[in-house]
Formats: sequence, C-alpha cells, structure tokens
Amino acid sequence: MTAPAAGTGPSRAVADDGDVAGLGKARAMAFLAPALLLISLFLVFPALWTLYLGLTNYRLSGSAAKNPQFVGIDNYINALSDDRFFNSLGLTLIFVFGSAVIGQSALGFAIAWTMTRVRKSVRAVVEFFVLLAWIIPSSVTTFLWYALLDRSDGTLNAMLSTGNTAWLLDYPLQSIIVFNTWVGTAFSMLLFSSALASVPPSQLESARMVGAGAWAQFRDVVFPHIRGHVLTNTLLITLWTFNTFTPYLLTAGGPDDRSNILPIFIYRLALNDGALGQGSAISLIMIIINLVIATVYLRLLKERKS
Amino acid sequence: MTAVTGSKRTAQGESRQMLGHFLGLMGKSVFTALVLAFFVIPVLWLVFAPFDAHPGLNVKLPEFTFNNFKILFENPTAIASLGNSLILALGSMVVVLVLGSLASYSLSRVKIPGRDLLLYTLLLLSSIITGTAAMVPTFLLMVKLGLIDSQFGVILVLSGGILPTVIFILKDFMDSTPKSYEESARLYGAKPLRILWDVVIPLARPGLATIAVWAVVQVWGNFLVPYILLRSPSKSPASVVMYTFYTEGGQPNLALISAFSLLFSIPVVAMYFVVNRRYGFRFHGGIKS
Repeated sequence: MTAPAAGTGPSRAVADDGDVAGLGKARAMAFLAPALLLISLFLVFPALWTLYLGLTNYRLSGSAAKNPQFVGIDNYINALSDDRFFNSLGLTLIFVFGSAVIGQSALGFAIAWTMTRVRKSVRAVVEFFVLLAWIIPSSVTTFLWYALLDRSDGTLNAMLSTGNTAWLLDYPLQSIIVFNTWVGTAFSMLLFSSALASVPPSQLESARMVGAGAWAQFRDVVFPHIRGHVLTNTLLITLWTFNTFTPYLLTAGGPDDRSNILPIFIYRLALNDGALGQGSAISLIMIIINLVIATVYLRLLKERKS
Repeated sequence: MTAVTGSKRTAQGESRQMLGHFLGLMGKSVFTALVLAFFVIPVLWLVFAPFDAHPGLNVKLPEFTFNNFKILFENPTAIASLGNSLILALGSMVVVLVLGSLASYSLSRVKIPGRDLLLYTLLLLSSIITGTAAMVPTFLLMVKLGLIDSQFGVILVLSGGILPTVIFILKDFMDSTPKSYEESARLYGAKPLRILWDVVIPLARPGLATIAVWAVVQVWGNFLVPYILLRSPSKSPASVVMYTFYTEGGQPNLALISAFSLLFSIPVVAMYFVVNRRYGFRFHGGIKS
C-alpha cells in the first residue's frame, strides 16, 4: 500500500469513520432531531408524566379535574390494598402463563417440530393458517371468536354438542386464554422453525445411529441448540401478552371482573370511571414490570452477540 | 441355534421399529389435523358469511349472494371508516419512513457520541412504553394539546410508538448498503440530503419496503389508540367502527359485519404474503407484535 498523499489525510480519516457522505456531526444531529422530538413527546414524556400523575388525585371531570391535588403515594397504597387490583394482577398472571408461556410457546414449538417431518405442501398449508390468525386485524378475529363461542348459534356448541353453553360468560378467562393462544402462536412457530433449521442434521443423524429415541434426540441434540431461542421467545411473548388490550373486545373484562386483566382494568378505572391518578399509578406498576422483562431480554441479546 | 435367535431378535426389532414408525405417523397426522382444525374453523365464518344471503353466527355453506357487499357499499359510515384506516396507516407510514430514514442514516454514518446507548435506550423504551401502559398519560397529553378527535394526533402517537423499532431495523439496512456510491456522489459535489435521496434510498429500498409494510400492518389493525383518542364516528377507523354495526333490533348486523370484515382483512393479509414472498422476511423479529 502506498503512503497517502498529505492532502488526502483528513478525508481518509473521515471515511474510516464511515461518514462517507460528509455529513458531519452537526448535520447528523439535525437529521436525527425530528425523530427524537417525536419520540420524546409522544413516547418518553407520557411515561415520565405517569410518574407525576400517579402522585395526584387527577380525575377526568369534577373539581379534581381543574385543581388536581398532590396526594403522594396514596394511589399506590390504595392500589396495593385494593382487592380489584390483586384480582386483576392474579388474572393477568394466569392469562400470561396460560396463553403465552404454555399456549403459544408449547403449541408453536410442537407445530414447528412436527412440520419438519411432514410433506412440504402440508407444511405450507398449516403455516398459512397459523399465520392468518396472526395477521387478520384484531377487531375481526375477536368477532370471529365471538361468533364461534356464541351461546345459541355458535359453531363450537354445534360441534361439541354442548347445548347452550355460554362460553364467554361461564369461562371468560379460559376463553381469552385460548383466543390469545390462537392469535399469537404464529410468532413462536416462526421463531422455532428458524431455530430448528439451525440444528445440524449430521448431529441428529449420529444420535439416531446410536439408537437415541425421539426424547433423547430432543434433549441432547436439539435443545442445546435452541435454548437461547426458547428464552427469547418466552420473554417477547410474555411482554406482548402482558400488554395486549384485544381481549377487551371479547369480554370487556367481565362478567364480574372475571377476565379483567391489567390493561382492561386500567382502561375501565381511568378512562371509564375517570380516576386518572389511580389509573396512572397502576400504569406505572405495569411499566416497571415491562422494564424488568425487557431488561432481561436485552441483556440476553447482548450476551449472545458478544 | 445362535443364528436362529439372532435373526428372531432382528425380526422382533424390525417389527417394533415398524410399530414405532406407524405410531409416529399416526401421532403426526392426528396432531396436524387438530392444529388445522383449531386454526381453520374460526376463520371459516369469514370465508362463508360474507357471501351468504342469510348470514348467522354459525358456519354454514352460503346461499350465494353478493348482496352483503351491496349493503356495505351503500353504507357511508362503513366506507368512510375504511378510508380513515387508510389515512391513519399511510400517514403513519410516511412519518416513520421520512423521520426513520433520516435518523437511521445519520446514526449509521456518523459516530455521534453515545450512539449505542441511544439505540439501546430507544429499543428499551419502545418495548416497555406500550399503548396500554401509557394510555392514561397519552390521553391526557392529547387533551392538553387539543388533539383529541384529531386523526393527525392519532398518527403522531402511533408513529412515536413504532419509530424506535423502525430506526433500529433501518439502521441495520443502512449499515449494509455499500458506501462507495456515496463517496463518488460526494466527489461530484452532491449535498448530503441529495445523496440520501438519490443514492442511499434506492439502495435501501428492500429495507424501506419491509418497514413500510410493517408500519401499515401495525396501524391498520390498531384498536386502542384511535378508540381512546377519537370521538366522532366519522373520523374513526374500521377497527373501531366495526363494533357499532347493529340492527335496529340491537342485534349485530351480520350482513354488514361479515362483508366489512372481509374487506378490512384482505389488504393486510395480501400485503403480508406478497412482501413475504418478494423480500422473504420470513422472520423479521415481530413483524406484527
């Protein structure tokens, strides 16, 4: 390599920096500013404001709407001594565990695993329909399930000959768990099928040669390869399921709060009943739970990269 | 003698293997059939009811008619709501594409101090401040800004929510576009904005298309944000208006809802599969989260 001429020195340094268009720091900041402004105003500011609102008795209407008072941690104390909050938290845990951790993960893996052993055409058909449930807008999917589970005319009762079972009234939590599994399995299926594709066939072959059964093959060959994916998948779908508002369209949290998961609880408390301060306090609890899940996830991502 | 037992054993082993194979095949088929039933049966209503002269809530082969679509096209609220969904989806798409490509380009080419931290923070924020967790302060903010019942307000909120992910994915695309073209464009005296528009954007087109589709899919089906921020039905998108279609008797208007649901679903389903085939983003994180 010949020594660069003196005049090209600075520009080479810039190019090494990757700044090939000669953007410069100032202009780069200017390019970045509009996006950051939008994000700060409509994403970051609301979250920070929740901190403050949660400490006030802000209401949607009435005197507390004009002159909200600072009430300190009263909202948090109220929330933590409110049976409805704990009922909601408990339902949310069951909902997330049932539909994300068990439902979507297990079903998604089982489908991905089975689809490696069937004809290509079968696989294409199955994947198409699993994906369809994920892509159809949520307002439509909830109506489809409303029709399916209807008491007098629903297809499910006709198929199972279960008479006039009102699924959404008698089994509201189970209904939204099955519904959310149906909607979200596609993600786990896609993630696990790309993970399974990365398992070297030669290793499976040799495991089979020494007579390992299906379970042994899974435990000793497949699982070590996909362990990272299992964690990623669990964390992501836990986060999404924890934050989904869609079941509102199916049961609206009822009957008698029996499917009142946290997002629906906050909506009804803050925007229906107008208790904005209370609602903010619970929102903050939700954001903190999100933060814990997301931090674990990002740490895992970083570890895998390095 | 030993030879006989040996061959007997192999025969036994073989039949056991065949039995195992048979059971495996059975299990595989039964499982596949159950999975198909679980995912197909709820969707059947969407396939049959729109073309049924007397649609009910149950799934049945239709008495074929296009009349439900006639009912739909004669309903101004329904048609307007699809237009509103389009406005929200395209509006947000334009905002995130413009702001996202400017931001990701500068982040990709210039080492701004604290860049990695910024990207990390953006990703973290967008995953923890979700529409549901931030609905109360967002609602209040829009009240204060006078943006309640404004489609522009909904576009801003939705764009702010998905922009961090957009920047994150687009930066990856920008990082992988070749830089030599920009260098030569610069030698010919092109200004950075011109280089971005004429050189970088065309190169990053697959990435931009992915993002465009992703943004549209996200916004098209979104229920919560327009539900809490819009008041007048004439401004509301299809996802919200769908739940107001009742007959005078208080029953869901199934003729209208079925045709409407189909028309509302087709664009995103078609887009997803077309782009999926063309650019093969079989797995791009949570294309729809």
